[in-house]
Amino acid sequence: MNKSMILKKMRFVDKLPLYFLRFFIYLILGIFAGAIIFLFYTLFVNASRAHIDISKGFSLYPGTFFTRNFQKIITQENLFVLEGIRNSFFIAFISGILTTYFSALTAYAIHLYQFKGRRFIHLAILAVMMIPSQIAGIGLVTILYSIGFVNNYWVIIIPAIASPATFFFMKQYIQSVLPYEIIEAARVDGSSEFRTFNQIVLPIIKPALSVQFIFSFVASWNNLFIPSLIIQDGKKRTLPIIIAQLGVSDPKNFDQGARFMLMFLAIIPTVIIYLIFSKFIIKGTTAGSVKG
Amino acid sequence: MSKKRKKINYNKWGYYFVAPFITVYVIFSLIPLLSTFYYSFFEYYYAQGGFIKVGPNFIGFENYVTLFSQGIFMKYLGNTVILWLMGFIPQVIVSLLMALWFTSFRLKLKGTAFFKTIMYMPNLVMAAAFSMLFVQLFSNTGGLTTLLMDIGVIPETFSFVDNVWPTRGLIAAMNFLMWFGNTTILLMAGIMGIDDALIESASVDGANSRQVFTKITLPLLKPILLFVLITSLVGGIQMFDIPFVFTRGTGGPQGSSQTVMMYISGLLRTSKQYDMAGTASVVLFILTTIISLICFFIMNKDEISEYREERRVKKEMKK
Repeated sequence: MNKSMILKKMRFVDKLPLYFLRFFIYLILGIFAGAIIFLFYTLFVNASRAHIDISKGFSLYPGTFFTRNFQKIITQENLFVLEGIRNSFFIAFISGILTTYFSALTAYAIHLYQFKGRRFIHLAILAVMMIPSQIAGIGLVTILYSIGFVNNYWVIIIPAIASPATFFFMKQYIQSVLPYEIIEAARVDGSSEFRTFNQIVLPIIKPALSVQFIFSFVASWNNLFIPSLIIQDGKKRTLPIIIAQLGVSDPKNFDQGARFMLMFLAIIPTVIIYLIFSKFIIKGTTAGSVKG
Repeated sequence: MSKKRKKINYNKWGYYFVAPFITVYVIFSLIPLLSTFYYSFFEYYYAQGGFIKVGPNFIGFENYVTLFSQGIFMKYLGNTVILWLMGFIPQVIVSLLMALWFTSFRLKLKGTAFFKTIMYMPNLVMAAAFSMLFVQLFSNTGGLTTLLMDIGVIPETFSFVDNVWPTRGLIAAMNFLMWFGNTTILLMAGIMGIDDALIESASVDGANSRQVFTKITLPLLKPILLFVLITSLVGGIQMFDIPFVFTRGTGGPQGSSQTVMMYISGLLRTSKQYDMAGTASVVLFILTTIISLICFFIMNKDEISEYREERRVKKEMKK
């Protein structure tokens, strides 16, 4: 009886500030969400305004210069924005495919075959997952310089084959979804191991493949450090390099509307991809890092 | 008997399948990494604007002595840690609070999916472009700076980009905005993984919500908090894009926002000092490896003990 009285008391005390608490929490969530939406909205608004209007001050309404800014940044001399978009897309797309395919292949091998050294390889990959990729990349850049092999996409793309983090996600996923009976059945039917992987395993793990492809594509699309050291040729630059180089220059010397348009072009594709697949992407974030 | 032979045949495919991954890793990551270590003991740079090659001449630990005696490396390392901490501390606090709110049965918040979607969004944005956006908004003639001056929040003479702490604060704020959504979602998954029965039985025993948090939720969240800490620290040590674009490559007022990666990239890009760049990255590498290895052993306890067990059994079988 005593206990139930305490419970009743607690409920009364707890209930009263709940409304206040909720209001307070919604307020904070609203501020954070509002700040983020505001940033993206200003990006859009300013990408559609003329240089003079932007320098006059802030506006909440979009202007009429959207297409003009777009044309200006695309045709801007010595900036090669159009080439930059194409280069970035090419590198990110191929990297994404290589990363997901070979990570899945490696994860499948570690999961299925009981070959000698399997556990060692597994542990080694998990260990190198923690090695900061940019630091390892500095050595690669130095080697490439000393043999004079710079300005080449493939030295950025090929290393994507070995992505320990993607391997880790794939391993977790394959472990949880792949039934061994299917592989057995394929073997009985005379399918080669390589064909079994390509035609039976890959379709089963499609959900994980697509999420990891998006992650890999976005990471590659946004990547600045190593590409900026390897690529110097104007027409071969990727979008982040163009942005970094334009960013280093004085903002007064360049059309601000066109500048916003460039940021808009760099940011919006990933945002659109994200908004379409956000449910899967958010799920994919926790897939590998949280066990159980 | 024939069945057994077949099984051995299949297992050789394991080697074929892991071969591309391992080969590429060795060629593009392991060998370069080892060569960085190797060349950090050499004098190796280009003089006179990159035309005259000097070295490689073996000089032992001289590069390391130079690196630490110059003092700028330690300064930049300090900058990097300060910038990271300024973003990370609020990030963990805010993310933990939000994760608790989103998962609370008592609060029953509505629209959590919307908030989660919005808050995760900056994580996928190009850091260089995001940073450029901040430059445009907060430079001395930038939209938000003039707006804040007009409202009277900041004095007319105030500058975000010419002062040490406002610059650092904005860089930290960008890092915060880009990562707090991600951390919130990780922590939420961790909280939802906690058995409800534990919390229920504690409440029945008379524990208040603060006690439940400090005695149950927080200890059980430790592994995920550790994961967040380590991934953030490893990423933070490599901080480059945001401060580089935000300070226009200058490192901010008095070099106060110059990070180690910006220093290394400057050594490679402008003066081609491969020896010093390599030495700096070796020091950075050792630092992050020590931190990561500690985390690796804590996080992969199960796999390691399994591996040890297997080896022990094999040894005993040999005996």
